[in-house]
This record gives sequence, C-alpha cells and structure tokens, in this order.
Amino acid sequence: MATSRSSNVSTDKSDETAKKSSKKDINNKVELIIKNRKNANDVFDILEYLQADKEKDVVFAVNACNKLFSALLERGDLFVGRLPSEEEMLTGNHSAEEKYRMFMRHRYNSCKDSLLGLIRHEAFQVKESALVTMMKFVSVEGKFPLLAVDWEEHYNFPRELLKAVVERLLSDKEDMALLISRFQEFLEMEDVRYYVMGSICDNVVRVMERAKGAVLPVYQSNVFLLASSISMPSQEAELSNFLVKQAAKQEDWKAAKLKEHKRVFERMWLCVLKYKLPSSMYKKVLVILHDSILPHMSKPTLMIDFLTAAYEVGGAISLLALNGLFVLIHQHNLDYPDFYKKLYSLLEPSVFHVKYRARFFHLANLFLSSSHLPVYLVAAFAKRLSRLALTAPPAALLMVLPFICNLIRRHPACRVLIHRPSAAEEPCDDPYLMDVDDPAHCHALESSLWELQTLQTHYHPDVAKAAMAINKPLSEQEDDISELLELSAYELFERGLKQKENQAVPLEFEVATQLLQGSGGILGAHFSLE
Amino acid sequence: MKRCDIYLHNVQMGKPQKKKKNLADKVHRTKTTTEIKNNPFEVKINRKKFEVLGRKTKNDVGLPGVSRSKANQKRKETLLKEYKQKDKNNKFIDRRFGEYDTKMAPEDKILKRFAMERQRTHDKKDIYNLNEEEELTHYGQSLAEIEKLNDAVDSDSDSEEKGLLSAELTASHFGGGGGLLRRRKPGEEDYEGGRKAKSRQELIEELIIKSKQEKRERQNQKEEAQELTEKLDQDWKSIQALLSKKPPKSEAKEDEHKPKLEEYDMMVRELGFEMKAQPSEKMKTPEEVAREERERLQKSETDRLRRMQGDVEEGDDKKRVHWSADDLNDGFILDKEDKRTLSYQDGKWNIEEEMEREEGGEEDDGEEAESGEPGRRGGEGEGGRKEVVPPKPSLSEEERLAQQEAAKAELPYTFKAPESYHDLKSLIHGHSPEKQCLIVERIQKCNHPSLAVGNKLKLQKLFGFLLEYVGELATRSPPRLDAINKLTPQLYGLCQLFPDAACKAMQTVLNDSAHEMEEAIEVKGRAAFPGLDMLVYLKITALLFPTSDFRHPVATPALVYISQALTKCPVTTLEEVTSGLVLCCLVLEYVTLSQRFVPELVDFLLGILHLAVPVKRSLGYPVVPPFRLAGKSCDLLVMSNAEGAESWSRKALPLSAVQGLQLPSATERDHYRLSLLATCMDLVKRCALLYKSLASFSQIFHPIKILLTKHLPVESFPTDIQDLHRELYTPKIVEVLDYGKKRGSSKQEREREKLKHKYKKEFKGALREIRKDTKFLAREKLSEIMSRDAERKRKVKELFGSLATQEGEWKALKRRKK
Repeated sequence: MATSRSSNVSTDKSDETAKKSSKKDINNKVELIIKNRKNANDVFDILEYLQADKEKDVVFAVNACNKLFSALLERGDLFVGRLPSEEEMLTGNHSAEEKYRMFMRHRYNSCKDSLLGLIRHEAFQVKESALVTMMKFVSVEGKFPLLAVDWEEHYNFPRELLKAVVERLLSDKEDMALLISRFQEFLEMEDVRYYVMGSICDNVVRVMERAKGAVLPVYQSNVFLLASSISMPSQEAELSNFLVKQAAKQEDWKAAKLKEHKRVFERMWLCVLKYKLPSSMYKKVLVILHDSILPHMSKPTLMIDFLTAAYEVGGAISLLALNGLFVLIHQHNLDYPDFYKKLYSLLEPSVFHVKYRARFFHLANLFLSSSHLPVYLVAAFAKRLSRLALTAPPAALLMVLPFICNLIRRHPACRVLIHRPSAAEEPCDDPYLMDVDDPAHCHALESSLWELQTLQTHYHPDVAKAAMAINKPLSEQEDDISELLELSAYELFERGLKQKENQAVPLEFEVATQLLQGSGGILGAHFSLE
Repeated sequence: MKRCDIYLHNVQMGKPQKKKKNLADKVHRTKTTTEIKNNPFEVKINRKKFEVLGRKTKNDVGLPGVSRSKANQKRKETLLKEYKQKDKNNKFIDRRFGEYDTKMAPEDKILKRFAMERQRTHDKKDIYNLNEEEELTHYGQSLAEIEKLNDAVDSDSDSEEKGLLSAELTASHFGGGGGLLRRRKPGEEDYEGGRKAKSRQELIEELIIKSKQEKRERQNQKEEAQELTEKLDQDWKSIQALLSKKPPKSEAKEDEHKPKLEEYDMMVRELGFEMKAQPSEKMKTPEEVAREERERLQKSETDRLRRMQGDVEEGDDKKRVHWSADDLNDGFILDKEDKRTLSYQDGKWNIEEEMEREEGGEEDDGEEAESGEPGRRGGEGEGGRKEVVPPKPSLSEEERLAQQEAAKAELPYTFKAPESYHDLKSLIHGHSPEKQCLIVERIQKCNHPSLAVGNKLKLQKLFGFLLEYVGELATRSPPRLDAINKLTPQLYGLCQLFPDAACKAMQTVLNDSAHEMEEAIEVKGRAAFPGLDMLVYLKITALLFPTSDFRHPVATPALVYISQALTKCPVTTLEEVTSGLVLCCLVLEYVTLSQRFVPELVDFLLGILHLAVPVKRSLGYPVVPPFRLAGKSCDLLVMSNAEGAESWSRKALPLSAVQGLQLPSATERDHYRLSLLATCMDLVKRCALLYKSLASFSQIFHPIKILLTKHLPVESFPTDIQDLHRELYTPKIVEVLDYGKKRGSSKQEREREKLKHKYKKEFKGALREIRKDTKFLAREKLSEIMSRDAERKRKVKELFGSLATQEGEWKALKRRKK
C-alpha cells in the first residue's frame, strides 16, 4: 500500500488546517474507515497525527485510535493468530479479506507502539489519554482475543500488552506519580491488579539486574508508587470486579483467587525490597509496611530479614521498622534476641524531634507495657528517657513525662528512682552511664530521676505541672498518653493563647522606655539598634 | 482616795495545806549558804577526765541539794498553784495596778495607783478648771459637801433642835468636858461677878428661857423673809405679764412668714450639704514620695513572684480591683501616683507643672508634650518629657529645645484617631521618629477615653495599628529600629491603659506568625527563622508583659513560639545564626527572673558552638535538630584563616544583620563569626549561672563542656574569647576546711550545726523538766491522799470512841438499874 503518498497528503493538510478542522478531519476519517473498508488507507493519516507537534492534535488522534480500533476489534476486522510480517503478507497467498485484516492488524500494532511511546510524552494530557486508550485495548482484546486458542484451560488476558504498559509506567527517568495515580483506577480491577503485580515483579528483576546493585531513585520510587497504590482485597468474596470476563470456569482462574493474589503480591514486594533502596524510600516502605503489606502477604515471616536489616540501620529507619517487627513478634511468634537492648539504643536525643515520634512512643508504650520485664530494664528506659527529656521540646515533654510515670506505676520496684529513702540528702554524682548501650549495665537502678526534678522548673507551665506529679504519691491509674502522642507544638501554642474568661491580664510594672532594656538587658548587651 | 479593787468571786478557799517538807528543803531552810557550801556532804564535785590548763569550767562544783530545793520551791509557787486551781472556775483576780508586778517597788505602786485614781475622778468637765483646788475628802465624802449639809440643816430645822448641840447645852446637860469649862472661865467669872449664888435649878431654867427666846426670834425672822419673798414673787408676776405680751402677736404673724422661713431653711440645708473645707493631704516630702514608689514596686514584685509560683488561680479573685458601678472603665484612676502633690524644686513651688497637667486633658492644649498621661508615674519635674522623647546625647539642651519649637510650629495640635492602619500611616508619614512619637502621643491625648464615648475603642485600635507599624518599620530595609525604640514608651502606655486589647493584638501577631511557621513545617518539615519584625515583637512582648509568670496568655505562647523556632529552623547562613542568637537572648531575658529551664536554649547554643568545631569526628556529644553532626553548612562558624583573629575587636552586633549581611571579604566574615561566637559563649555563661542550682546541671551542660574543652580550637581565637572560655571552664576552687573534725564547710552550715545542737539540748532539758513536774505532782497527790486518809481515820476513831463511851455509859446504867 502506498504509505508515502498518504503521509505526504496528511502532513500537508495538518499544516494547512487549523485545530478544529484537524479534529473534524480525524473524526471524519475514523467514520469513513469504520463505514467502508475502501477507506482503510486513511488509517495512516490518523497514525500520522499521533506524531504531531500540537498536544491537542495528538490527543484527538489518540482518542480516534481508541474509537477506531475498538470498533475494528469488536467487529473482528483484525487478524487473529500468528501474524505474518508485511512482506510475507504480500507474498503469501491470502484472500483479500485476510489481507485487509492482516493490514489492519499491522496498523493496530504500530498504533500500540506509538501509544506506548506517547505514555512517555511530556504533556500529561497526552500521557493520560494514551494510557486510557491502552487500557481500553486491553479490555477489548480480553473480550476478543487476538491469539488463536484451542485449549480449554486458557484464560484470555492480553498479558503482553499490560506488561508493556507497566513497563512504560515504571520509567527510570521521570516521576510518573500523576499517571500512576490515574492508573490506580484500573488497579481496582482484580485481573488487572493480578497481572500488573506479576509484570512489576518481572520488570523490577530485569531492570535492577541490569543496574547491578546501583540505586535508581526515580525508577524505584515509581515502582514503589505503583506497588503501594495496589490495595489488596481482604476477602475472597470481594473479588468480583473484572476487566475481562472469562467465558469458562471463571472460578478456576488464578486472577480470581485471593490466595494467588496474595502469592503474587508477596512475590512482588519481595522483588521490590530485594534490592538496595534509597533511604527516603526505605522510610516510605516502612511507614506502610505494617498496615498495607504485611497483612496481605501469605507468609509475612518472609519479611523478617528485611525488617531486621532495617532495624539495624539505626535512626529513623529503625524507629519505623519497629512497627513491622511488632506485628511479626506479636502475631507470628518472631523471637528477636536483644530486642529491648536495641530499642534502648534507639533512644537518642533526636527521637523527640523526628516526625515519627508519636508512632515510636506508641509502640514503645506497647513494648514496655509487659509486666514481665525485669526491673533493671524498665529503670534503664525510664532513666534514659528522662535524661533525653533534658533536650526535648515542650510538646514531647508533655508526652514523655506521663510515659515515665506510667513505667514507674507498672513496675513498683522502680519507685526507688523517684524516692530513695536510703539516699543522702545532697545529690551525688549520677551513677547512671548514658554511654553504655546495654540497659543491664547502665546502673539506672542506682540512680534517681533528678532530671524530672529539673524539669519542674521548665518554662512551660504544663510541663512543670506534669513534672510535679512525682512530688506526690503516684496514683494507681495510669495516665492515658494516647492523646498526648500527637500533640504538636502549634496546638500547645494555641492552648497557651486561650486566656481564662474575665481574668485581668497581668502587665509589666517596670516602665518601658527603650526597646533593648529590661530583664537584665541581655539583648542590649550583645546587639545594637542598627 | 485609795480604793481596794479586790473582787471576790465566790471563791472556794481550800484549806491551808499541811506541807510535808522535803529533807532538802529543810536543810536549805535551816542552814545558811556558806554553811552549805562548806559542808562536804552537800557539795558534789564533777570529776574531770583531763586537766586542761587555763580552762575555766562553770560546772565543776555543784550543790545538788540546794538546786533541788530551789526547783521544788519554784514548782510549789507555780505548778502547785495551777494544780490547786485546776478544776476551779472561779478565780481571785486582783485588778489593782501592778499587783503582780514584782519588779515594782511598793511605793511606786501606791503612787501610781493614787495617780490613776485621781485621773479617773478628774472628769471631763474639770478639764478647763485650771486653778481649782483639789477637792478634799474624808472617807470618800467631800468635805465641802459636809459643810453644805450643815448649812442646810441650819436653815431647814425649824422646830427641832436635835442636830443642834451647842456647847453650852452639852456642857450643861452632860456636865461638859474639862476643856469647855476651862474656856468658859472668863464668862463664869462675869456671872459670878453679877449674882454670886445661883442654884443649878435656876441656871437650867435660865438656859431654857434663853433658848426659847432665840427660837421665837428665829421664827419671826423666818416669817419676815417669807413675807418678803411672797411680795417679790408678786412683783415679778406683774412684770412677767408685761413681758409675755409679745409672743401672741408673733404667733399671728407666723403664717405670713412661713414661705420665707422655708427659703431660709433651704438655704441652711444647702449650706449644710455643701462641701466643707477639708483638711488637705499632707505635703509629701521627697523621701515619702520615694518610699511610696518603693513600696509600690515592692508590692508589684511580690505580685510578680506569686504569679511566678503559679498560685494565681486561687488568689486572683482577691486581687481583682473593685470597680465602681460608675466607673467608666476609661483608665482614669485616682490612685496615689495620680494625685497631684505640692512639691518644691530648687526652692520654687512646682505649681506650673501641675497646671500643665491639668490642662493636659483639654483638647486645645498646646503644651501637652509635657503633661503626663494617666498611666504615667512619678510627679517629678521634667520626667514626662524625658520619658517620652529621650534626648540625643549629642544634642545640646538649646538645640533640643529649638528642635522641639520647630516641631511644635509644624505639627497641628489635634489629631483624629486613625480609623485604619492607612490613616495612621498617612498621619505619621514623612515625619522624623521624634515627631511621629509626638503625633502618637497627641492622638492619645486628644482621644482620651474620658473625653468621648468612642475614644476607648479608637485608642484600643491605635495599639493594633502601632504594632503593625512597628512590624513594618522592622521589615523595611534598612530597618528603622530607632523609630521603634522611640515608639516603645507609647506602646507601653497604651498597653497599661488597655491590657486586654493589647493582649489580644499581641496574640494575633504571634498566632499569625506561628501559624505560618506551622504550615511551613507541615509542608517541608522545617521553617525559616522569624524575621526581624517578629524578633522585635517578641522583645516588645517582654517589655509589656511579665515574662516570669507561671502562665501568661501572651508570654507563654511567645516562649513556645521561640522554642519552636529554635528547634525547627535550620541554620544555614550567618544571618540565621544571628537570628538564632537574638532568639536565645530573648529566651534568656524571658526566664532570667523566674530562672526557668529552657532545654531548647542549651541545645541551640550547643549547636551554634558545634558550627565552630573544625574537625567533626569522634565528638562524644550529641547535637539536637535542627543541627546535624555533619553535613553542609556545618562549618558555618569555622574560621577561614587565623589572621582574622588578631584584628578582631568585640562590639555589639547590629540587629539589622538578621535581614542580610554585607560581608564581602573573608576577614570581615571571620570577624563576624568571632562576634557571633563571643555572643554565644557569653550566653552559655549566663545560662550556666542561671541554671547552676538545677539538680541535673552537670548533665545539661555535659555536651557543651566536652565541646568547649576538647573540640573548640580556642588557641586560634582572640584573647577576648579565650578569656570567656577560661571563665567558663576554670574549676571553682572551694576551700576545704575539713581537718578531721566536723566543722562544716560554710558559715551557714556551722550555724545550722549549732542550732541543731541547741535544739537537741533544749529538747532533752524540756523532757527532763516535764518528767520532774509529773513526779512532783504525783508526790503532791499522794500526800493529799494520805492526809485525807489520816483525817478520815481520825474521825472514825473519834466516832468509835464516842460510841464506845456511849455504850459504856449505857451498860453502866443498865448495871446500875439492876
């Protein structure tokens, strides 16, 4: 067929005509092709438009392709089975009908290629419509398979097509967050999800093997985005939303079984996490791990290695790994040696400043709520926390002070920390060793919580009051710290702004005459009004 | 004159106790002291273990018997008496003056009692009797009264002569005394000369006749007097009739006069109700004024301390001022400070100033620059002007005056209160800071709340506008900090007038900025340091509100805000270091008085010092966010070369550096770094001083100590900073005076030791005394019981005896009958 001719014509036309006319033009051509096979050659024009410079034209062309090929597929106008190459097609003895279908099938293939290319287009609109069109093809192909199948057990699903889409989504150059969030809509479909998971796994293995251990931040973040946007059903019965309905034995299809889903899900995550992760992604994975990954794995214990490795990393990553570890310890009988020792060493000054403070203390509270812990351990935690409290902001202090008090309540043997009858009146040197990482050897039980006494003079009234709690005998009832965990500094600030009704505002009685005077004039001693 | 004031209230007197004397008492009583002292059995010698030369001991010889008897005696006088009176409700009270005062000499007592008695009779009416002689009395009765009584008897006794016993009569009746007869001798001689022999009978008859004659004469006299008085009475009546003729006439006229009288009454009443001249306030001397001021400050200080402890909650209601129902709530308070007092200055009466003050309230006042607003304290002469417009030291007095004259010439005297921030800006736009200040002050004057109803609201708004203006001044580049400085007193004045509005305005400013910061933190996890305007606002907060309160609606959020800024704003430039240090200064100022602990402050200072550590390996101390142990901009304060250290001299940093620094050369940058470091070290020093009493002081400053001693390249710093560094970590030498014996290290401790010892001794002594008292009482009780028993036995014996005799008698009678 005379490809060169038609392309010349179309480019000329597109140059000449305005946008509207191009849209009309494309639509007209689609209509013509669908109506009459004689106009089949116009398909070149449409495919030409896919490479146009103007975004709108491309979008129109993509939509037109969508319409055109869907119609053709439904009509069965595309060749089914192993497609001979175009040269073979011309040479082989085929009927005109067959030739037409083969021709169209070739056009369809080239259309798919250029659409996949368009997924990497810089304009989001183009990307989006290309993606949607591809998914439409996936769905139509599922209904009208292009592969000749003769055996019973086969289930129709255009796996290769989906795989190609996934591959395009997982770009290693640009962030595909927006497109992936658009794609999430398709992930609701059980079969799509099932096959996407498989594709991700294959893709990751392929790409990462090629990278040979190096970190690919963009690619990995795309993978993570796609993987984390998969929301797994919790029950078999929920598996009802399919993109492609199978004619026979729907129940036996792998994509319809929760167990299989779980297996693929697990395989996908293990593939993703097998390779070295950038630290920001580490955190992201750990944040969702306990909540949206572990419950959906068929064998969560497979995550032990990953979690212990993360726990050993230290810092915020360790804090986050705690949550997953907790699930494993709690529900899957994981025995973690030196768990508390590690937890103890996690307590650093920064623990009060990190974003995950609330989460960490929630878990620490859980871990330390066991009444079977040895006294030395609890004392070590209480002492270390109170020592760290000397560098903590007020919002954290409001949470950690009741926390320490709760520890002492749970373990009455720790009361010596706040009341030691045998001690001399004057404070001696603190026997507690801050630098020792082993709670068994830090001499916390021989020490006292002088830090709490220090904090009784904290500038924030609420903190000072909370620290005063140790002056009185502690009540039996534990303080509820769950509300205090999320307390932010701004909330604290706002709370301070609220003045009791009809109460006079106390004023400074020293008359102000200069800006830099007053209160010892410290500012004036170091800074000048310039 | 002396009256016995002994009141006997139904006293049940106990029987005089038979006292069984102790042996010791007996000895003590019978023997004289010398005798006792010489008696070896009385003396107890306290044996000494070691003879120490030159030591005199008080208690080497004791007289146990003597002391025991003394103690016994004393108990008898006190404890026993109390015991006897134990269950008795009635008491014998001798209310005479000084009855129980043993120190007074008896003569003194008598004298004093006499004087008191005199005073009591000396009634009020006698006050003005200067020369009147004292009334003489006899047995409590006035002698003069007695004499008067005699006279009365004389005049009243008509017929009876009972009370009249003339000398002759008595003499004749009872034979008379020898004296009388002797006195009569000359008379008798006359009688004897006339007719010699007169019998006793005759004499008596003569006497009777005589007395009867006298009686008749007296009767006649009396009748005459009676007649005369009657006559006088009649005369008087006739005259009285004449006199009493007028009143009826006036009665007739009374109706006509009534309205007039009412007018008069009204007048009188009006005059009565009119303010009377009252004694004016005593003129206050400068010392008194100063004392009052000091008292006021002391009171404020105690208030402040109370709030600092946080016990406001209960005490607050009490503290609240009473508001009268008529109070306009206009800030016009007539308190002590406001009262105008006469004062002299340099020998001149300070009246001019007072006049100005009075005029200050009027709208068309030209000299209001000098008059104080109600909130202003101190009535001192030129205080007003000095406070408002701090004169530039460089200008001479004349120049200043000239300037003000010029300003007055230019500026209108009345201003409308600005309705919006733009109004205010247009009002003060283009004026010098001094004039701006003057304008604001005039706005305040012209719109004083006492002048019109809406003024209060207007001035409340003015505070907000001024705050906004201050913020704008601070954000200009370069910032107009001098202008802000000038406006500070204005802000303070307005804040004193409207605390609630000021509090609200300040809270809004803080809240806006905090909200902004919070949003930035939520999005990026960090925020930028507050700008110069916020720093100025925070400083003004410290000036307007007490930062030492346990909880304050403005100061507490401000502190939280600063804390948030110190923990969430990363330090990447020298400007940010400057901002951070300004915040540190502010925090320190906030907590200087209350000595409260601010963890963020210490952390931040550590972080700043960390920026100056050149080699960041094996540090041994943790840093707290926003600082990191290593990374970019962690060497912000590391000197680029050592030469800068030599040419550096310490000077105050400009506040405008927060907005941006122009430091082109490396040396200049190094100088700036050194200045920052010096400031930081000084702040560390102040912190250390402030927190030295905290229980975990060493733990708090442990990281800083490690950093300063091990990691900071002190040698490369100029001497100034080296000195600071040395000051910080030179161990304080404490003299140890413990040489074996426990002497206590400080004077206070020694004092405490002493007191403890004394207390122990006293306690033991008291215990011993109590024991002895109970022993004594038990003894007394026993003796009482014994004596009672003996008495009973005796009585029983008596009864038995009498019964036995009766029985005996009866038996004898029986026997006899038989």
